Amino acid sequence: MTNHWVDIKNADLILVMGGNAAEAHPCGFKWVMEAKANRKAKLVVVDPRFTRSAAVADFYTPIRPGADIAFLGGVINYLLANDKIHHAYVKAFTNAAFLINENFSFADGLFSGYDAAKRKYDPATWQYQLDAQGFAKVDDTLQDPQCVFQVMKRHYARYTPEVVSQVTGTPRADFLKVCELIADTSAPDRVMTICYALGWTQHTVGSQNIRTMAMIQLLLGNMGRAGGGVNALRGHANVQGITDQCLYSEVLPGYLGAPTDADKTRDEYLAKRTPKPLRPNQMNYGQNFPKWFASLMTAWYGSAATADNGFGYDWLPKKDAAYDVLALFERMHQGQLNGFVCQGFNPLASAPHKAKIDVALAKLKFLVVIDPLATETAEFWKSHGEFNPADPAKIQTEVFRLPATCFAEQDGSFTNSSRVIQWHWKGADGPGDSLSDLDIIGALFTRLRALYAEEGGAFPEPVLGLSWPYRIAAQPSPEEVAMEISGRALADVADPKDPTKILAKAGEQLAGFAQLRDDGATAAGNWIYCGMWSQAGNLTARRDPSDPTGLGQSLNWGFAWPANRRILYNRASCDLSGKPWDASRAVIKWDGAKWGGNDVPDMRPDAKPEEAVMPFIMNPEGVARLFAFERMLDGPMPEHYEPFETPLGVNPLHPDNPQAVSNPAARVYPGDLEALGKAAEFPYVATTYRLVEHFHFWTKHSLLNAITQPQQFVEIGEELAREKGIVNGGRVRVRSKRGEMVAVVVVTKRIRNLSVNGRKVHTVGVPIHWGFRGATRPGYMVNVLTPFIGDANSQTPEFKAFLVNIEKA
Amino acid sequence: MIDVTRRQFLKITAAGLGGSSLALLGFSPEPALAEIRNYKLARTTETRNTCPYCSVSCGVLLYSLGDRSKNTKAEIIHIEGDPDNPVNRGTLCPKGAGLLDMIHSADRLKYPEVRESGANGWKRLTWDEAFDRIAQHLKADRDAHFIKTNAEGVTVNRWNTTGFLASSAASNEVGYLTHKVLRGLGNIALDTQARI
Repeated sequence: MTNHWVDIKNADLILVMGGNAAEAHPCGFKWVMEAKANRKAKLVVVDPRFTRSAAVADFYTPIRPGADIAFLGGVINYLLANDKIHHAYVKAFTNAAFLINENFSFADGLFSGYDAAKRKYDPATWQYQLDAQGFAKVDDTLQDPQCVFQVMKRHYARYTPEVVSQVTGTPRADFLKVCELIADTSAPDRVMTICYALGWTQHTVGSQNIRTMAMIQLLLGNMGRAGGGVNALRGHANVQGITDQCLYSEVLPGYLGAPTDADKTRDEYLAKRTPKPLRPNQMNYGQNFPKWFASLMTAWYGSAATADNGFGYDWLPKKDAAYDVLALFERMHQGQLNGFVCQGFNPLASAPHKAKIDVALAKLKFLVVIDPLATETAEFWKSHGEFNPADPAKIQTEVFRLPATCFAEQDGSFTNSSRVIQWHWKGADGPGDSLSDLDIIGALFTRLRALYAEEGGAFPEPVLGLSWPYRIAAQPSPEEVAMEISGRALADVADPKDPTKILAKAGEQLAGFAQLRDDGATAAGNWIYCGMWSQAGNLTARRDPSDPTGLGQSLNWGFAWPANRRILYNRASCDLSGKPWDASRAVIKWDGAKWGGNDVPDMRPDAKPEEAVMPFIMNPEGVARLFAFERMLDGPMPEHYEPFETPLGVNPLHPDNPQAVSNPAARVYPGDLEALGKAAEFPYVATTYRLVEHFHFWTKHSLLNAITQPQQFVEIGEELAREKGIVNGGRVRVRSKRGEMVAVVVVTKRIRNLSVNGRKVHTVGVPIHWGFRGATRPGYMVNVLTPFIGDANSQTPEFKAFLVNIEKA
Repeated sequence: MIDVTRRQFLKITAAGLGGSSLALLGFSPEPALAEIRNYKLARTTETRNTCPYCSVSCGVLLYSLGDRSKNTKAEIIHIEGDPDNPVNRGTLCPKGAGLLDMIHSADRLKYPEVRESGANGWKRLTWDEAFDRIAQHLKADRDAHFIKTNAEGVTVNRWNTTGFLASSAASNEVGYLTHKVLRGLGNIALDTQARI
């Protein structure tokens, strides 16, 4: 979330789309109800199903799964065509005025630079036009045909209300009603927030779904504002924290790009990742990358990381290929993995195309499952009847199952969706011999290290040299690790403005990332968490809920990254002179000498407004991107593409280009394309979701939750039920190209059929929570149905729109 | 109204220690004195924690039997929302309301186990046996498949034949240490639930 849970109460309009907060995040959703009750805020819900969020909405309208960009692109067109944008904000704080390369084009569904054989774009033509100093050229009148504003306007002019309705199935009048409500927040004193979740991410266009919304919020001037922002309502209690610790092959903690084979030397590596300013006077905060990287290396390699050896750069592995979940299972399926460790992760249930996952796991030599609970993954080899028809004798994988403690049995910190890091304390020991994850990782590493010390082996240096300063080596304590993440001074850290002033003495915990240095004087395991454990102690353990201004910031409750800032980009809550756009919801302001107020300013504190230092400090141009010249692999502006399993067979926006039916830059593995279904055989759109009583594949082990929602079911609309002769409460077989499941069917008014591109589209709703282990009745893992394909940027699987057929069982 | 915390209130009302305290609270001591069975919560230890399900990350209060001294075994007997938490303000949803049953689930793992190659069941191991066997597997695979340089002769120092999937339910400290260890071993075949 750019903002935070409590801040939702400050909104005038709440859009819930790509999520169902009332059921998936009930206690956070209360802040929507607060806004409705106390601000007379309106709630708009756009969803394929009439959810419980929809049930309390002021306005609800349905949408076909996988058509969100068509809807939101239509909103952009509406805002531009009707001049409902926050002009001063757009002009100053976005790249609307920036000129794009003359050779940029978009034709027949493809952006310039497409390589069909590689399914990849070369973004060379997506760049800014630069002047002699290397700064981007701008046209403040926004009239130049190559300026972002005009390029964007042309791109979305195609998304008329008629086209939107044709692609999404949303009735035209409903769509226009939503546009009117959204457009109302272009006024400087009106603010909209958006709450989304996996309903937007689990698509092959997932990242672009979110970008489209970010563009809308920028056009309306709602970013950086109290009650505004783009807010991802995320999954597990620490999914944000684990994202921040970056347990992904492509990034190091704090989102530092991991070295690849192309980064032969540390200098090359740093040069590529340390941006040069693209406009004068901007903070270009990414210029500090070498400080963050050096501090990470000293945290990991300790005294072995020195300026002379590039802080151990060559010890870090370089990445040669993709290793996301889908790529890992593809490699496993191809027999390229021998071992696999699942730590609190149940991929047999969570990863797509179960049949493929089954085959892949059986090719492993060994599998280690570390979990508090008996997961399906640990028993993939065991026969559980129709739900897991395995033959153990034919599966040679050696499987270890290690009992871990759960949240209530360990100390540590979780980072919530609001980026607030909160310490929690142990209430009891775990059952039996269970150990904490820290103890398990600590024991495994120290044993491996001992083996390398005794008998040598492949490249033992980084194993033996890994900094391991923990008091009990096999049992690093949560406190020790938290302090390491936050960071400390290894030598005295002087104030760059006054070298006689020491900001942090050697050995002290650092106050924040501004104190990090690139010469080895500081160590910090994760620069964005720097300061969470300062000399003042563990700030994540703070429990002062006071909120003196009533804005809901509670600045002394836990510690929010970065720098305890609660609303990101909050400089944009003020006009160019530093005055809040809306004084009644002031976040920060310029007081004549410095920035300050109800939050930690997202701006250099002494940056005078007349210096025109812009709010988006992580971008080298200082402004937000309506047009993304980098980082998006599938285009600088979002475009509607069909799900890989499309009920239409064509992209109505590009009916004559087979390359532009689905995301042209999404990765498809050989074999997986053939495993995709066509509408002729699988005519119905299926979408997966959660229920209020359950959390993923976890609560089925909890008796109370199992009692409240004991048995697997699927949901269909009344018309489809009539057509197929299916009755409420009967049993149905749901088939996709990859597998099938049988379940009780609920026939409901909550799922409507929609008229899309001249045909009727029915949706089958598939709740996800069952499996063959747990306190509920056993059920199918719904990933017997889902396709093995992910978003072009994030590789999040397309669980929200795929094709099935359904019949009475 | 006197200023008492929730715990003090429970202690005062449950134990029937003194009529004067109860009178201060504004109600008659008789019904409390007639109470035979003390409130269990009055003898529990209260611990602040965080619901592990969605990332609203509601504050919860764990109530465990025992005073956390070394020679007692604590047991969590009740969980409720933390009324001081600014986000959930004491509330829990239907998921969080069942937390106690997740902690005490019949499916909790208690001992390290192995399913041997081709076998049809689990066999109990000691931690020593489990750690030794796993460490040997990891080392054998790393030693056999570690890549020091790529085809162009660039130092790459990577190990990509054992994969690792990290939990999004683990703490920041667990996630960070796991990452440090994996990169320390040269492993790049790592990913997390957070992607999905």
